[in-house]
Amino acid sequence: MACVEARGLRKVYGTTVALDGIDLRVEEGRILGVIGPNGAGKTTALDAILGLIPYEGELRVLGRDPWTERDQLMRDVCFIADVAVLPRWMRVSQALDYMAGVHPRFDRAKAEGFLAKTTIKNGSKIRELSKGMVTQLHLALVMAIDARLLVLDEPTLGLDILYRKQFYDSLLNDYFDRQRTVVVTTHSVEELEHVLTDLMFIDRGRIVLTCTMEEFEARYSEVTVKAEQVAAARALHPMHERQMLGRTILLFDGGDRQQLAALGEVRTPSIADLFVAVMGNHSGAPGGENK
Amino acid sequence: MSSQSSAVPEFDAQTAPALMSTTRPFYWSVRRELWESRWIYLAPLSVAGVVLLGFSITLVYFPARMRSLATLDAVQYRQAIATHYDIVAGLMMAMAILVDVFYCVDALYGERRDRSILFWKSLPVSDRTTVLAKASIPFIIVPLLTSAIAILTQFIMLLASSAVLLGSGMSVAPYWASLAVPRMWCLLFYHIVTAHTLWPAPVYCWLLLVSAWAPRAPFFWAVVPPFALAGVERVVFQTWYFGRLLGARFIGDTSAAAVKSGDLFPTNPMTHMTPATFLGSPGLWIGLLIAGIFLAAAIQLRRRRGPI
Repeated sequence: MACVEARGLRKVYGTTVALDGIDLRVEEGRILGVIGPNGAGKTTALDAILGLIPYEGELRVLGRDPWTERDQLMRDVCFIADVAVLPRWMRVSQALDYMAGVHPRFDRAKAEGFLAKTTIKNGSKIRELSKGMVTQLHLALVMAIDARLLVLDEPTLGLDILYRKQFYDSLLNDYFDRQRTVVVTTHSVEELEHVLTDLMFIDRGRIVLTCTMEEFEARYSEVTVKAEQVAAARALHPMHERQMLGRTILLFDGGDRQQLAALGEVRTPSIADLFVAVMGNHSGAPGGENK
Repeated sequence: MSSQSSAVPEFDAQTAPALMSTTRPFYWSVRRELWESRWIYLAPLSVAGVVLLGFSITLVYFPARMRSLATLDAVQYRQAIATHYDIVAGLMMAMAILVDVFYCVDALYGERRDRSILFWKSLPVSDRTTVLAKASIPFIIVPLLTSAIAILTQFIMLLASSAVLLGSGMSVAPYWASLAVPRMWCLLFYHIVTAHTLWPAPVYCWLLLVSAWAPRAPFFWAVVPPFALAGVERVVFQTWYFGRLLGARFIGDTSAAAVKSGDLFPTNPMTHMTPATFLGSPGLWIGLLIAGIFLAAAIQLRRRRGPI
């Protein structure tokens, strides 16, 4: 069974189309990165998956309709939002008590184990913690839930580099076990690069690109072309071209690697470079034609 | 505390899932309201503390005053000694109204303003459970709490007065008999439940509804439409019916719940409780019906509204 399955998922706010009929299928055990510019519809898609907003179209999460069965769905789903949403008046011990009280899959000892590795004290109020510590606490609470789907919306926004690295490290080492599914949106693509199994670009409410990381590596190549071969390389229809330190870097979709190797140094592009290339082609450069 | 929390997982395993899905989230949702809004009990407790402090000062001249009252007839005597007890009861009734109003206005607005609604909604607690847990504050917690604090405060006053009387060689029997303590406490609880809980139910549910809806300034939105309606009625029909109705609901004035002569204080033993008349009055049930509609609307709004 697919963990998340959507057909024609659509959401309109007034005159703004936030999601324009997307089809989506996330299998269990995958780590899907949803990447898109601001206002692309990422958060709207996550809100629909979490049962926070009504929508048009078909959507099933773990076989349930999130809008009508949110409370039951939340036994198997956990969620960290882009901003610290833990109530600021709460004490850490109260958060643990409350989670243990309402969540049948919450393992208090496990959460306390995670917290013991941090400097967060049980008696502290959440308002007294730094932003990084609040995220650590939220992650500890969430990782102690034996959930099947974890949804992260910009979880490391505003954190310093140490906390960011730690966040994804503990997520991978202590949580992800190939049974669970993770859907994550982020702007900091580079720190997710080696974590993801699947990739999705979204823009203006539509899915622009979706592939597994294996497909991504097999399909896209980036060539640093020698100056005298630029014309020959351009003849192979690169999807994107950029200049860096006086050299020309071309990005190819589905090019023949051996043919490309003759033109220069070939490697797999970073997700960020592909993102820039795809978004540039999709919606035009800033000020470009809107399709 | 720690042994209680470590016992929680075992309790989980033994509890039927259906029961788990309703009562435990409700219980913990009420607890989180009391964690978040500690003033629900701290405010009436501190008022009671201040009253007790004031009362302890009056104990200095209490024996002299009691001697001067000896010549009064029974009604006047009762009135003279009951004043302090009536003040405590009256203050707790006022605290109940104040706490209920301020709590309800913020209950569903605060969690949207501080965005913590995203955390609460990420847990397996339904919107119905959450809203009902919040409604249980004005309908269950506050009436029990304010009655208990009032009764406890009066009990302390009673003990202190008795000790002072006995210490100065006077009998406590007329004092106790005149106060009619058990009846006074019954009337107090009855009055808080009927006049300050069931009768104003639509007011509290209206506040919860506005709290779930308001984009900002929930107090403004709670107050302005009723005032506007009353004003329109005044201008168009030259009547004051809606405004008076609102005032009576808010203050908790109910003539159906008890019969009393003149303007006796509701806990005066001369008051006759008429629960059958109260339960049979259409006003009560119309009010409860409206309250139920407001509450259902608040649940639907809580489901749809995100953080502000």
